[in-house]
Amino acid sequence: MMVVVAYDVNTETPQGRRRLRLVAKACVKFGQRVQNSVFECLVSPSDLLVLKNELVKIIDVECDSLRFYNLGAKYSNRIEQVGRQRHLPSDGIMMV
Amino acid sequence: MRQLLNTLFVLSEDAYLSLKDDNVVVQNKDERLASIPLRSIEQILCFSYKGASPALMGKCAEFGVAVSFFSPRGRYYCSILGEKNRNVLLRRQQFRIADDEKRSLPIAKSFIAGKVFNCRWVLERTKRDHAMRVNVERLAGQSAALHSALGQIGGCSRIDELRGLEGNAAKDYFFAFDDLILRNKDDFFFEVRSRRPPLDRLNALLSFVYTLLTSDCTAALQGVGLDPYVGFMHVDRPGRVSLALDLMEELRPVVADRFVLSMVNTGAIKPADFEERENGGIFLNDKGRKVVLTAWQKRKMEELTHPFLNEKMTWGLVPYVQALLLVRTLRGDLDAYPPLMWK
Repeated sequence: MMVVVAYDVNTETPQGRRRLRLVAKACVKFGQRVQNSVFECLVSPSDLLVLKNELVKIIDVECDSLRFYNLGAKYSNRIEQVGRQRHLPSDGIMMV
Repeated sequence: MRQLLNTLFVLSEDAYLSLKDDNVVVQNKDERLASIPLRSIEQILCFSYKGASPALMGKCAEFGVAVSFFSPRGRYYCSILGEKNRNVLLRRQQFRIADDEKRSLPIAKSFIAGKVFNCRWVLERTKRDHAMRVNVERLAGQSAALHSALGQIGGCSRIDELRGLEGNAAKDYFFAFDDLILRNKDDFFFEVRSRRPPLDRLNALLSFVYTLLTSDCTAALQGVGLDPYVGFMHVDRPGRVSLALDLMEELRPVVADRFVLSMVNTGAIKPADFEERENGGIFLNDKGRKVVLTAWQKRKMEELTHPFLNEKMTWGLVPYVQALLLVRTLRGDLDAYPPLMWK
């Protein structure tokens, strides 16, 4: 299934900037970065649990936030793209 | 049902694949072309000279991503496959059956029966759909020959005999193959199957598509825990994926041949997509390979209802499903191996 992960991390403190880096790094393992703090992850339900758990451990619930949007298995008509694309779409032909 | 994930094709000749954060990173010199999480892909087909880092190959094995290497011209080198092939009991069973002609014969018969059946229906379909434009008599004659071969397969008692029947059936089928080409007859024609090197455009196309299908079948067999090198009908030979070739027989007409014919008949592939080499062989050029691979990937995403399982799936999953059915046969859960019979 396709899950969009969006996050907001408070970067006013050095610890915040560190959390931002760690969150991004954890997301990279599971999905492709589509915008600065938005990842599209094509994962199995069990992988999603692993990812959620990893992210929750990193962030500070007082000042950061995480959002998961589950687009299901038939996601291709639920995504529309305008403008420059910075990743290879995971439902198209992947050729480099 | 298992989901078929995407395939990553690496066609840039100088691309190097490496691992970073569970991602496959495709690099060309200093430029990063792509970075894709290994979790979201099924296999990597790499057509570059530089290859991949050992760390990436190890991680792919861990995630069950099949990696196959080809020369930039499309010649198959090798594959790295997942760690799921540890089921020694299953493989032992496979070896025992392969050693015992009495037990491997019914399975080999199923492969060939599936192939002949499918060949016949490829001919019949053209006869039905394009009766005005083709040599109907020749098609009907060859189709009848295949029909009688189908009857003989059931009664055949030795593997050698079966191989003979298969050879004759293939000859009968390819005799009428030229009639299946409906357009561009001057550029695309078929006289006889030639390989190493293929001597005309259609043979070049067939060879390339068979290579793709072989690597899909090999990956599927390895994925379900069988040894692709130990076949039931094809003789063991170092480096030959005999079982993948066995499994491929029934899929050749429906998956590969129909695909090649539709590429030619819809005009998707053009004479400019080929090049001739010094030894007289004809091969696809860079652009041609891209065209074929794109279409191949699209075809794999198309859906069918599996005639035996009665379940909807993509064409790309068919080799995997047939491999699973083969496993069930070897274990004794099924009485006989049901080949894919596609009408």
